[in-house]
Amino acid sequence: MLSKTQYLELDKKIAPKSNEARTLFLSFVIGGLICMIGQGVSDLFKLAFPEMEEKMIGEITSTVMIFLGALLTGFGIYDRIGKHAGAGSIVPITGFANSVVSPAMEYRSEGVVFGVMCKMFVIAGPIIVSGVSSSILVGLVYWFVGLFQ
Amino acid sequence: MNGGKQTIYFRNKPSVLSGYSIVGPKEAMGPLDPYFHKRLRKDDFGQKSYEKAECKLHMSAISGAIIAAGLSPTDIDVNIGGDLLNQIITSSFSARELDIPFIGMYSACSTFGQALIIGAALIDGGYVRRAACSTSSHFSTAERQYRYPLELGTQMTPTSQWTVTGAGCTILGKAGEGSNIFVESATIGKVIDFGISDANNMGAAMAPAAAQSVLQHLKDTGRDVSYYDYIVTGDLGVYGSRLFLELLESEGVHAAERHKDCGEMIFDKKQRCPQGGSGAGCSSVVFNAYFLYQMRVGSIKRILLVPTGALLSKLSSLQGETIPGIANAVSFVVEE
Amino acid sequence: MILTYLKVFVVGGAVCLIGQLLINLTKMTSAKILVTFLLLGVVLEAVGLFDAIKEFAGAGITIPITGFGSTLAKGAIDGVKERGIVGALTGGMRAAAAGLSAAIVFGFLVSLIFKARTKV
Repeated sequence: MLSKTQYLELDKKIAPKSNEARTLFLSFVIGGLICMIGQGVSDLFKLAFPEMEEKMIGEITSTVMIFLGALLTGFGIYDRIGKHAGAGSIVPITGFANSVVSPAMEYRSEGVVFGVMCKMFVIAGPIIVSGVSSSILVGLVYWFVGLFQ
Repeated sequence: MNGGKQTIYFRNKPSVLSGYSIVGPKEAMGPLDPYFHKRLRKDDFGQKSYEKAECKLHMSAISGAIIAAGLSPTDIDVNIGGDLLNQIITSSFSARELDIPFIGMYSACSTFGQALIIGAALIDGGYVRRAACSTSSHFSTAERQYRYPLELGTQMTPTSQWTVTGAGCTILGKAGEGSNIFVESATIGKVIDFGISDANNMGAAMAPAAAQSVLQHLKDTGRDVSYYDYIVTGDLGVYGSRLFLELLESEGVHAAERHKDCGEMIFDKKQRCPQGGSGAGCSSVVFNAYFLYQMRVGSIKRILLVPTGALLSKLSSLQGETIPGIANAVSFVVEE
Repeated sequence: MILTYLKVFVVGGAVCLIGQLLINLTKMTSAKILVTFLLLGVVLEAVGLFDAIKEFAGAGITIPITGFGSTLAKGAIDGVKERGIVGALTGGMRAAAAGLSAAIVFGFLVSLIFKARTKV
């Protein structure tokens, strides 16, 4: 029989590849569309509350987008979009919502406390940990640099 | 062993009394639909959780097979069962309801082969009269245990396979119980690891084990591939089957024309799982539905069933372990 | 107006396309993709490039998770300006509170109402 190295080489050579063109195209289009929806939401709020500060508009926009992502996940639509869009629906903030909501729904059968509450961040946990840690690092560097100015 | 390095012959001809298969809706939309004994309209089977649904599937397969053999549960001496879930809860919870002595098994998707071998050996040795060999898997329970939540928007990788929702059970009995399908010999597989580490490429991880078991079986028995009508691998999938045939080819064994793969057979190309099915239920539903039928009507006389298993867990993958594979080969013959 | 939306579409799409390239080439899982882009946002904000891209592309860079990263980093920097070293610790979470709270509360509510369904 083939040796291990020969076998691994064979696997590398003949393994089926993903359809690059299709996946790249779909991720581009759907990702772009989701961002356009985000822009639309933000513009609508700007129009409705002209005197609102930009930071708050940003907060409202992300809240609305997260709500949409959560709702589509609840209705079982987001995973169908994701099947085609790949990164196009993972990278936008709605994808973050999907990664929080989907385990919460999944583990509902293990109860509210040990299922939903415990497992809610099994996928999104790394995002919170790395985001918060890196922001603190940025803040500390900024503070440290400020000491010498 | 009594038949060479890895092979045993069953001298007293344990026979196949009946088989039963029950599948989920997606499997029922595949090309093997006419052969299945029962199809679910919804894969939750009216239960509160998918785990409970799988358990009910498993139980239904066992009772279906007992009824199909014209027996009652008291006629069955032992239930040898297994599944994919942690601590094999599906098969043990279904045995809880059945009041039949129980042996739990695990060797991932090759569990069915293992169960048949133990069952046939117990009967061959005269220890039990009849054994019910059952396995099951469920897409929604396997997915959450091995991969991601169902509602997470992920893409299937090009080599990933679709876990079959289904359960199958075969009742084995002594010779002379009216069946002409016999378990003739079996080759117990070695655990083989060729260094594949991608958990979404299980066909490639299992192909070397399947090839080793088949080659050893042919060597131990002195048979040629043409002895069998079909060599039926469990769930290598389209790509895994290709590697399996390449491996046999490298030993000068040409099996392409006599090879079938249960995972490849159960779904067709339109069903968006390009590599086919997998799971402990895959080989058992296809065997009990399709192959048992074909042997009963006499269009197939001899098959070598080789359920294949990838022995990984989520932990082992995260710890960077490669994926060991196993394959147990069981030979069935029809005698006139 | 149309030009703005075109820019949003192209830049947002391009960010996602890079993500897809990473998936295809490295078999990264979704959590790793999200972390990568989040850190990208943090870095862009920290070196001061994020505002320039945002000026050009608007939601094209703020709706991808890079926007969340930038919010965190910007919060920490603003925190330092206002409250010194304590602000470095609290600023990021304060700024990201809206997104986090929304994810938690909507996730909780949705899980109570809906049931996970099998894929087809």
